[in-house]
Amino acid sequence: MEIKKKPRIKAIPYEEFNDNEYLEKMVRELNENGANIIVGVLDDIVNWGRSNSLWPLTFATSCCGIEFMAVGAARYDFARFGFEVTRASPRQADFIMVAGTITHKMAPVLKRLYDQMADPKYVIAVGGCAISGGPFKKSYHVVNGVDKILPVDVYIPGCPPRPEAMLYGMMQLQRKVKLQKFFGGVNRKEEDPDGSPQEMSETAAPEPAANEQEPVKKEEK
Amino acid sequence: MFDFSIVTGWIHNLLTSFLPYGLAVFVECVAIGIGIMIAYALIAIIMIFMERKVCAAFQCRLGPMRVGPQGTVQIFCDVIKMLTKEIVKIREADKFLYNLAPYVVIAASVLAFSCLPVNKGMEVLDFNVGVFFLLAASSIGVVGILLAGWSSNNKYSLIGAMRSGAQMVSYELSTGLSILTIVVLTDTMQLSEIVARQADGWFIFKGHVSAVIAFIIYLIAGNAEVNRGPFDLPEAESELTAGYHTEYSGMHFGLFYVAEFVNLFIISGVATTIFLGGWMPLHIPGWEGFNAVMDFIPGFVWFFGKAFFVVWLLMWIKWTFPRLRIDQILTLEWKYLIPLGLVNLLLMVIIVVFKLHF
Amino acid sequence: MQEILEIPAAEFHQTARKLKEEKGMDFLRSLTGMDWGEEGMGAVYHLESTSTGATMTLRVRTADRLQPELPSVSDIWKGAALNEREAYDYFGILFIGNPDMRRLYLREDWQGHPLRKDYDASDLTNPLRMTNEEAVDTTETLELNPDGTLKVQENILFDDKEYVINIGPQHPATHGVLRFRVSLEGETIKKIDVHCGYIHRGIEKMCESLTYPQTLALTDRLDYLGAMQNRHALCMCIENALGIEVSPRVQYIRTIMDELQRIDSHLLFFSCLCMDMGALTAFFYGFRDREKVLDIFEQTCGGRLILNYNIIGGVQADIHPDFVKRVKDFIAYLRPTLREYHDVFTGNIIAQQRLKGVGVLSREDAISFGATGGTGRASGWACDVRKRHPYAVYDRVDFKEIVYPQGDCFARYMVRMDEIEQSLHIIEQLIDDIPDGPYYEKTKPLIKLPEGTYYAAVEGSRGEFGAFIESRGDKYPYRMKFRSTGLPLVSAIDTIARGAKIADLIAIGGTLDYVVPDIDR
Repeated sequence: MEIKKKPRIKAIPYEEFNDNEYLEKMVRELNENGANIIVGVLDDIVNWGRSNSLWPLTFATSCCGIEFMAVGAARYDFARFGFEVTRASPRQADFIMVAGTITHKMAPVLKRLYDQMADPKYVIAVGGCAISGGPFKKSYHVVNGVDKILPVDVYIPGCPPRPEAMLYGMMQLQRKVKLQKFFGGVNRKEEDPDGSPQEMSETAAPEPAANEQEPVKKEEK
Repeated sequence: MFDFSIVTGWIHNLLTSFLPYGLAVFVECVAIGIGIMIAYALIAIIMIFMERKVCAAFQCRLGPMRVGPQGTVQIFCDVIKMLTKEIVKIREADKFLYNLAPYVVIAASVLAFSCLPVNKGMEVLDFNVGVFFLLAASSIGVVGILLAGWSSNNKYSLIGAMRSGAQMVSYELSTGLSILTIVVLTDTMQLSEIVARQADGWFIFKGHVSAVIAFIIYLIAGNAEVNRGPFDLPEAESELTAGYHTEYSGMHFGLFYVAEFVNLFIISGVATTIFLGGWMPLHIPGWEGFNAVMDFIPGFVWFFGKAFFVVWLLMWIKWTFPRLRIDQILTLEWKYLIPLGLVNLLLMVIIVVFKLHF
Repeated sequence: MQEILEIPAAEFHQTARKLKEEKGMDFLRSLTGMDWGEEGMGAVYHLESTSTGATMTLRVRTADRLQPELPSVSDIWKGAALNEREAYDYFGILFIGNPDMRRLYLREDWQGHPLRKDYDASDLTNPLRMTNEEAVDTTETLELNPDGTLKVQENILFDDKEYVINIGPQHPATHGVLRFRVSLEGETIKKIDVHCGYIHRGIEKMCESLTYPQTLALTDRLDYLGAMQNRHALCMCIENALGIEVSPRVQYIRTIMDELQRIDSHLLFFSCLCMDMGALTAFFYGFRDREKVLDIFEQTCGGRLILNYNIIGGVQADIHPDFVKRVKDFIAYLRPTLREYHDVFTGNIIAQQRLKGVGVLSREDAISFGATGGTGRASGWACDVRKRHPYAVYDRVDFKEIVYPQGDCFARYMVRMDEIEQSLHIIEQLIDDIPDGPYYEKTKPLIKLPEGTYYAAVEGSRGEFGAFIESRGDKYPYRMKFRSTGLPLVSAIDTIARGAKIADLIAIGGTLDYVVPDIDR
């Protein structure tokens, strides 16, 4: 069975999102492997559950963190989308919003936090600093882009991004989650450092080393 | 009032008519077990949804809105996600205890849950020392929490568990004392009997001031026993990240999460049963017409209505008050609530002995 | 430009003690490590007397570039301890007698000292290391033997038997990425070791290769809840150096914006404190009202958090036509809402019990640590820069400096809540008669500061925020240093929190109200 072509976000037409080609490419890649009907339907249910219940880790290093709090607060309220419960423990969180500059001293800590999270886990790079180093690109102590150490799913540009942009980015993550495979298939083929394609199953034990080399999932707004 | 035992009796007769007696009882047990688990899950889902919406309302937010109408299906998403999330294996943790702990907590919670008389004739565990059993069963939970904290090999967990141990064991006393007050009034420990005695008036009205005091003590102590704010020290998010369940992920964490909410419901359910008349409708002496109308409403609606009202009350408290400190919690219990509870018990004894109650 | 006293390194410790004891120079405003190239390394000390208000700038220098040594003054001013560690981290200057000569910001295995002019900034010297840092339990004190050699003495921070828990860098209560190592006995805190640098972005080094207008962009990101004030300080410093007189309109606008920013920051303080204490609903109330301030900012500046509003000689854009009306509406709205806050949180018995008498910082300690802002004022030290060294139009408005004598968490909390009202009062006096005039002075496209050192300070949201510039007449600053408002607060935390419960640490951290990127810079 084919994977559902278009991930739907309630009340927002598909065409209004950017980067649809990327998702379509993802769907094509997934469909090459194929899956049977029952598994496909189960996948849909699992993805529906997962995409609507993404719990963020309370993680913030600088300015973007305050905006992240604002997204959680009364006016923007990401609880509406099911991002309700910000968990302070990485074990219970589903995605990490890297909100703010990551420095050389923080990088191993962030990596460790990511490794501590339970699968499936996602990463959103929020703001210029996390995407590329931003205004501190030339500094001696700033990691130029969190994608050097973690596989990033969604990038939200801005300095800091407006809360609306954050919500948009989080919805993009939801759309991406809706296209995943849980049963009988692989989500992506990753290039092994040696060159031979290596299969990364979603439920397999986390293998951060494989992700470290090259962030494959990329989506820029 | 509709007696649910008619239905259960009919089923029993039906089963025994074509099955040997032992097998019939076995089938009934299985059916009831499944029924309890389903009811437990349903209550958990309703409670979590209620918590989200209630706290959102207090906080000038909307809460979940996007999944299903008004976000009603949100919790099912969470359940599916939890079920499919990885359970992280902790290195150097005590594996057996680590895996056992959430089940201990949930088992204690289910046991206590089955004690609640929901409707007339709809009691699952109901015998002459019901209150005793309820208190005993619900206090097994603390063992699970201590195990979780100890086995996780995490300092935060350990501190959370120690706090929890100190707190839950202390507040058990107050819960016990306030329930005892009512036991003195009714001279029975059977939960269904306690409800039946309230046919002519709920105990909170019948028991004078003493019952009101007991009710308030029970609410405070009960709130503390289920580790809900302002007594949520064991999992104090801003201090210990997630307290005793810091290291738990996936469904193991889900079990703790669910147990917390259902425990809150149990506390409210017990408060309803003991103080607010259980499934008994509200009767006002002299208003015959009004009473007849009230009788028309089924018992379980009364029960759930009252229980959720108490839940709402406790949620209101949770979302309003700041957290206490560990020494303040223990001071509150040992210096104020227990002496008050003891005096209150004495007062109730006097009331009963001199027949001052209504 | 202030006169600088040059003091030989050998006599420095004695002179410093004499200054403190005889001239009452008890407040070390700022300690800046310096690399003067050929002339050697050293440090610049800004002193102030809290009794007379006299200020003084000292300079100490050592010609030895390979192993620069200076006497430590951490026994005279407690706040110097972390600042000296910072100078060691940046320049490799060893402070003889400082009990803790570890790096403050960078990793222990970092090669070289980044702010030295001869530092090799290539990625090869310091590649991104993904290994976890070892936590060391000992520190070193350097002492001078009579023959001039160094004697290393080891201090034990935590011994093996202590129960040390690690709070942070990712922890909901540290307000960012600060890290405490806390030794516990039961729930009682025995000792705290603070680790900074998880968000050290090297702003001061970056400024040295940016032109003056470019450096302005980075100040907003230091303390993002004091973006207006930080930039105000730097603009003021540069304007003073250039001798630019800004128009009264600009002065008014800057003052109003500073106060709005202060309200914004204090509302966030309220929210975060409540969240840390477990009263989540109050958190949402604070954020709800903070959005209203942000709306006002957004209309005029275009940004919500990083505002980029002040420029050298004025402000980026004139105020929005609706600005005056919206600010007035906001004032009318916030006054009754503040009462609601007091109902929800301040009056709550649990909140009072949690805050009162907890985490007391004495006045002497506050001065010695240089803990300015709300923290200092809660300890009975009238340290408001707006009163001490009035700038903008603060000398023309009437407002009360809120001072509480108790020095506990509750006083720190109340200072901020009362300051919101004072800020509203200040804005009220100014909002109706913002004078007409240009909103910026034309400056040369290429700004070069005359040679010399300059220091200007404003009252930031959480204390004295100072900008120190040493210029050599170039278009780039030779050295630019920002007096962090948060570093003194963090250095005081061990003193404040000792003997308190672990839950009190959260309350103390919340009421100290530091912003981590401002500490780490």
